[in-house]
Amino acid sequence: MNGLTAHPWSIGLALPPWVWHPLSVSLRAAFEATAVVAVAGVALGYLLAKGRFPGRGAIETVLSLPMALPPTVVGYYLLTRLGGPGPIRDAEVHLFGHPLTFTFTGIVVAQIVESFPYCLRFSRTAIAVVDPRFEQAAHAMGLSRWRTALLVTLPLARRGIVAGVAMSFGRALGDFGATMIVSGSVPMATTMPIALYSAVFYGSHHQAMVLALVQVGAALVILLGVSRLGKVRPW
Amino acid sequence: MSALDVELTRRIGEFELDVTFSVESGIAVLFGPSGAGKTLTLSLVAGLIRPDTGTIAIDGRVVTDCEHGVHVSTQERRIGMVFQDGLLLPHRSVLDNVALAVRQGGGRRDRRALAHTWLERVGADGLATRRPGSLSGGQRQRVALARGLAGEPALVLLDEPLSSLDASVRRELGALIRDVIVSSGVPAVLVTHDADEAEQIGDLVISYRDGRVTARREVERPERRDPPATAPESGPT
Repeated sequence: MNGLTAHPWSIGLALPPWVWHPLSVSLRAAFEATAVVAVAGVALGYLLAKGRFPGRGAIETVLSLPMALPPTVVGYYLLTRLGGPGPIRDAEVHLFGHPLTFTFTGIVVAQIVESFPYCLRFSRTAIAVVDPRFEQAAHAMGLSRWRTALLVTLPLARRGIVAGVAMSFGRALGDFGATMIVSGSVPMATTMPIALYSAVFYGSHHQAMVLALVQVGAALVILLGVSRLGKVRPW
Repeated sequence: MSALDVELTRRIGEFELDVTFSVESGIAVLFGPSGAGKTLTLSLVAGLIRPDTGTIAIDGRVVTDCEHGVHVSTQERRIGMVFQDGLLLPHRSVLDNVALAVRQGGGRRDRRALAHTWLERVGADGLATRRPGSLSGGQRQRVALARGLAGEPALVLLDEPLSSLDASVRRELGALIRDVIVSSGVPAVLVTHDADEAEQIGDLVISYRDGRVTARREVERPERRDPPATAPESGPT
């Protein structure tokens, strides 16, 4: 997972490699990060919405910090934790054979941390506002807590959950600061925002314009998708 | 053995519920004005709320005993519930709503077949593929009744099932509720503040006021007969 090579689709899509490379890295990293975030964010959102245990507020606040922090701060901590000497780096070497900084996996980790709060908060809110009487009805029908969560609570909260996952995907796709610090500008692990920064930095205005347009297109597709989900008839 | 034995207290703010009663069989109606504690009693019997003191036994099985720390979960009480506004799951079809409540073993096909039978029994089989959002109030309550009985419960609890319906529909549905519950042989407790409804549906009327039972009266019915001793094993016939 150290990088990606040019894909034959880029020819079919008529995309030059300097667009396709960062686009494919961005999309793949964002999808992988979002898959992790969706599972963990919804599960933790459910626990925070339904659980009655001390420290719930503190957990949510700490995990939401990346929303309020500059991405460069998040990137700095990830760089020093993932790349600096210590047990985390030892674990990375043990698991992957190398530290995660300046690798594709490092990008995915950075995007997970940056995008996680959106899925968590959207999911927690959507689950918390589900009318508890539906869950009581499910219990009266004999459904266990687990089946009630899967068959009643999560489906009733699904619009908020889907919106949260979409927001996380958008955040992961657009992340610059944390990704830049964790991965640098390694050619085969360069995302779209980093490619745009490099193009501007080196004065390639045409490339910068095209890369910016592609990202605007991606953002529009995400926002239209979220908007459409919001308008869908509930049931 | 009683279908339901209740002896409990529960304080909520200034209001204190303190009731003792038993239901042998048939349909018992908790009757009284709003705020008398009828629905609270139903929630306590269902296990949705815990009493401060007392015991509750359903079909001879103690499901709540505050002194000994017994509190059987709602899922394990083998009850069926019919709520005021139906509370059908809006994202599932009518058939799914009923099939999900079927507790008996067997595969999905068997559970859906049994759900069809119950829907037929309440005159709602034609609604099987519809979503609850597209049903009228009366149709919703028919489905809710089928769902409440589909799990072959030891006790059915009905919380003002007719209160949100038009007068013309109430009479018809009240008769249906009585017919279906009596013929299924499952004892039931119904909450209402409507005296006519209590007379129409109940075998026993337990009057409530300010959190206390004030009277208990058997309803005279010329056609009254004892319901079957046990529920049918394979659903309605």
